Amino acid sequence: MIVKSIRETVAGMWSLLVGMKVTSKNFIQPNITVHYPRQSVKSLEGYRGHIELVPNEDDPFKSKCIACNSCVRICPSACISLKASKPKKAAAKEGAADGAEDKKAPAKKAKPELLSFVLDYNYCCLCGLCVQSCPSGALRYSSDVYLAGFSRQEFVIDLLARLQYQAQKKGAANG
Amino acid sequence: MIEPILILQMIEAIPIQLMIIFAGLLATVSFIGLNAILLVYLERKVAGFIHRRPGPYEVGPHGILQPFADGLKLVGKQIFTPTGADSFLYWLAPMISMAPALVCFLVIPFGPHLQIFNTNVGMVLILAFTGINVLALCIAGWTSQNKYSLLGAARDISQSVAYEIPLLLSILPIIFMTGTFNLFDIAMKQGSWPWQWFIVYQPLAFIIFFICALAETNRAPFDLPEAESELTAGFHTEYSGMGFALFFLSEYAYMVIAACVTAVLFLGGFHGPGVSGWWWFLAKVYILLLIMIWIRWTFPRVRFDQLLNICWKWLIPLAVINLLVTLLVIAL
Repeated sequence: MIVKSIRETVAGMWSLLVGMKVTSKNFIQPNITVHYPRQSVKSLEGYRGHIELVPNEDDPFKSKCIACNSCVRICPSACISLKASKPKKAAAKEGAADGAEDKKAPAKKAKPELLSFVLDYNYCCLCGLCVQSCPSGALRYSSDVYLAGFSRQEFVIDLLARLQYQAQKKGAANG
Repeated sequence: MIEPILILQMIEAIPIQLMIIFAGLLATVSFIGLNAILLVYLERKVAGFIHRRPGPYEVGPHGILQPFADGLKLVGKQIFTPTGADSFLYWLAPMISMAPALVCFLVIPFGPHLQIFNTNVGMVLILAFTGINVLALCIAGWTSQNKYSLLGAARDISQSVAYEIPLLLSILPIIFMTGTFNLFDIAMKQGSWPWQWFIVYQPLAFIIFFICALAETNRAPFDLPEAESELTAGFHTEYSGMGFALFFLSEYAYMVIAACVTAVLFLGGFHGPGVSGWWWFLAKVYILLLIMIWIRWTFPRVRFDQLLNICWKWLIPLAVINLLVTLLVIAL
């Protein structure tokens, strides 16, 4: 009994020394943080910021979104709202351009076009259900860490406009 | 208009001992202030480096002006007394906490010729005056009208009462070996080289004394009276501005006292290889303080039952055995 408790105590004391060795090792090693305003981290990969639209492979100005509204319905904070052009109109236009044969089956070809995709980030709880539920993979997390604003309105973001702005910027940078 | 000669005569009429004590107190105050500034910076830097971050960096080059910024902030804060608090006792507590710390420095031999007040009861004086701090924390906790403060005070009292016993028992072997309570004589009984220091003869007493010193100064891992995660800030939860600053200062002052006493009792005081002097003393004190800081940022806080178990089940029996063995050896 006594021997056991003495042994336990000695082992405990030893573990204290091990702990002090660990901290002293870390003490000598270089910092792993950066001096933020003057430096910033190289990669923000894996950071789950607010959601953003994934650009279409063919046209970077357009989203992959099919305007199915599943993200709007699943959002627990009800902070997503999107507007899309009515499929009939789009189909009619398409039909008019293609010819008379497609007029018989307008519903199949009908593709609603996204007009706006508004995220009210003030209420977003970052659960990521919209990303999971999107059937076309049109949503992903942005790596936008440096968010700050003076009014609530600044966090009501039209993601489609943001996508187009980014595509434009990218195009300008490339061209 | 008083003539200058008269003033000189008046100054001459003051006993020289009183003058020395007065000057010494002034020096002590500045020493405590300087130490606090240095220790605040050291503590935060060491914490930073152990966490592998830079620590204070923005105020001044490498953040060396950070303690001054902290101090200014504390001075500028509103002095606030909580409703229902006994404001006299409430503001008396930080002063009671600080004042004994000043006295303790009077008897510490910093160097062969650098001791303000050489007395035969130096060790007893330090033990007695550091004990007053418990009263200050008790008053602070009691008058704050706050459950956290009260719990912190209750913890502090039981902790201090428990840990004073092994503290005394670990000092006694040294006292019996040297036959004096005079800190200067105790330092003089030790030689220049590390193997002539009392830590070699009394390693167990040294360890017990150091652990008890940590507990008495409310340092982590024994910082239960001010456990941040449980009691907000413990006994000084309600204190703002200079009230808090005084508690803070006195805590660092008691840390320095503990390190000084450890250096005198076990590490040869101002003796050291080569030329002995205050530089050796300060070096030892700062190494001990660094170890204290290192311990704080390594170990988690102990639970209250663990705290008392360490004391009653291990430290007191070991200290008693150590004392008896020492007495036997001395008697033979």
